[in-house]
Amino acid sequence: MNHRLPRRLFVVFALAATALLAACSGGEPEYNAHDIEGVMPDLAFNLTDENGNAVEADDYDGRLKLLFFGYTNCPDICPATMARIRAALGGLDDTTRENIDVLFVSVDPERDDPERLAQFTSSFGPRFAGLTGSQEQLQTLSKRYRVTYGYGEPNDNGFYLVSHSSAIFVFGPEGKARLLVNQEQSVDALRADLKKLLERVD
Amino acid sequence: MAAEIARWLTPWEPLYWLIALFAIVAACYVRGLARRRRARDVLPAIAFFVGLASMYTVMQTHVDYYAQYMFFIHRAQHLILHHLGPFLIALSMPTAVLAAGAPLWLSRGMRGLGALPPVAGLYRVLQHPVISAALFVGLIYFWLWPSVHFTAMLSARDYWLMNLSMAVDGLLFWWFMLDPRRPGATPTTYSIGLRIIVLWAVMPPQIAIGAYIALAPDTVYDVYAVCGRAFPISPIVDQQLGGLITWIPAAMMSVVATLILLRLGFVHDRSTASPTEPAVTASRPDERQTV
Repeated sequence: MNHRLPRRLFVVFALAATALLAACSGGEPEYNAHDIEGVMPDLAFNLTDENGNAVEADDYDGRLKLLFFGYTNCPDICPATMARIRAALGGLDDTTRENIDVLFVSVDPERDDPERLAQFTSSFGPRFAGLTGSQEQLQTLSKRYRVTYGYGEPNDNGFYLVSHSSAIFVFGPEGKARLLVNQEQSVDALRADLKKLLERVD
Repeated sequence: MAAEIARWLTPWEPLYWLIALFAIVAACYVRGLARRRRARDVLPAIAFFVGLASMYTVMQTHVDYYAQYMFFIHRAQHLILHHLGPFLIALSMPTAVLAAGAPLWLSRGMRGLGALPPVAGLYRVLQHPVISAALFVGLIYFWLWPSVHFTAMLSARDYWLMNLSMAVDGLLFWWFMLDPRRPGATPTTYSIGLRIIVLWAVMPPQIAIGAYIALAPDTVYDVYAVCGRAFPISPIVDQQLGGLITWIPAAMMSVVATLILLRLGFVHDRSTASPTEPAVTASRPDERQTV
């Protein structure tokens, strides 16, 4: 009896491992982006908008939100990502587009004051809003979404690079975390995801 | 300076129950040392504290921040959680000292818990050589599976599940490997030869995954770009360093453990050859219980 027990448990263990593997690999992904529903917390922040007003996540309730961390001096990823979002929104009809806010959060408040942010976002369209805040506010928000940022050494002209997250976080109208869009995703795939999300929440 | 030290000691994501657990274990151990006052406890105590402190450092200090935002530091963190820390703790055979230092109700409670049939049965299954090896390698592969790794780095819950599962499995594996008792002393004390086979069996898969990561021409783990890195470093260099850490020191641990086991086998043989000599030095069969 005593010798049989481990063998029986061995079988149970093997079956459980197989079931776990099956559960992990099953199911077609619904979206092109990573589904982060339930993985990440609801949207919450205290920041300053490009008009210099204090804002919080609730102020954007009722609309789909695309959140991106960057800085206006960014040489590549930020303008490219903003342009991709603009292209994705461009293919939607007006009413759908008005249900979407793009929140560009600058993690470089030293250089990105509200005027500068307003200038940057206005070149991408009315749905784009620039936000920033104190280091403490920015760290609270970035830590909440398990992302980080860091500053490089300034060159002779005082210019420095900022490392930051390259992903777009998509939140539902009530602030629920929904999707994480990475750099590889095409404009069409992003647009399809946004359409699907909006159909679902309507 | 003081502010800098305080910043490094502050946990990036405090898990208070975990800090309490480490504190209780350390306190019991110190109390056990003080009660026993044995010179031969000194070396094991050093191994124990280095192991314990290293595991604490990579989980509950600012090091964890870097482990979350740099792949190679994450790999170093797992090397400590799964290999180095548990290896040193198992090597120190801390059960006797812990039992001497723990309050009576606690050591009795732990012993009672370990004697419960389901707990003892589960322990025997987990320490079965095949399952032990499969878990040891399987967990490395599972958490490094790109899609699983992606979610684990994004979800606070999965992140801690990952780290703690590595730590617990590391303790189980090295406990099984470095058991100093004579083979057959308990149902989970296997022969030296069998244990060496397991040690060598877990080496090639670790080398394979480490080499695969180190030599991959493209990014395997995009989550570090998604989350941003702690400081600017080329993604491919980050990945190569991480691969090398998974590949070389992890596999080396099997070689080190093999040497320790060969010495242990030699000590067992010698004490069998001269039965008049009391076999106390290395085996200490009375002092170790399964947890």
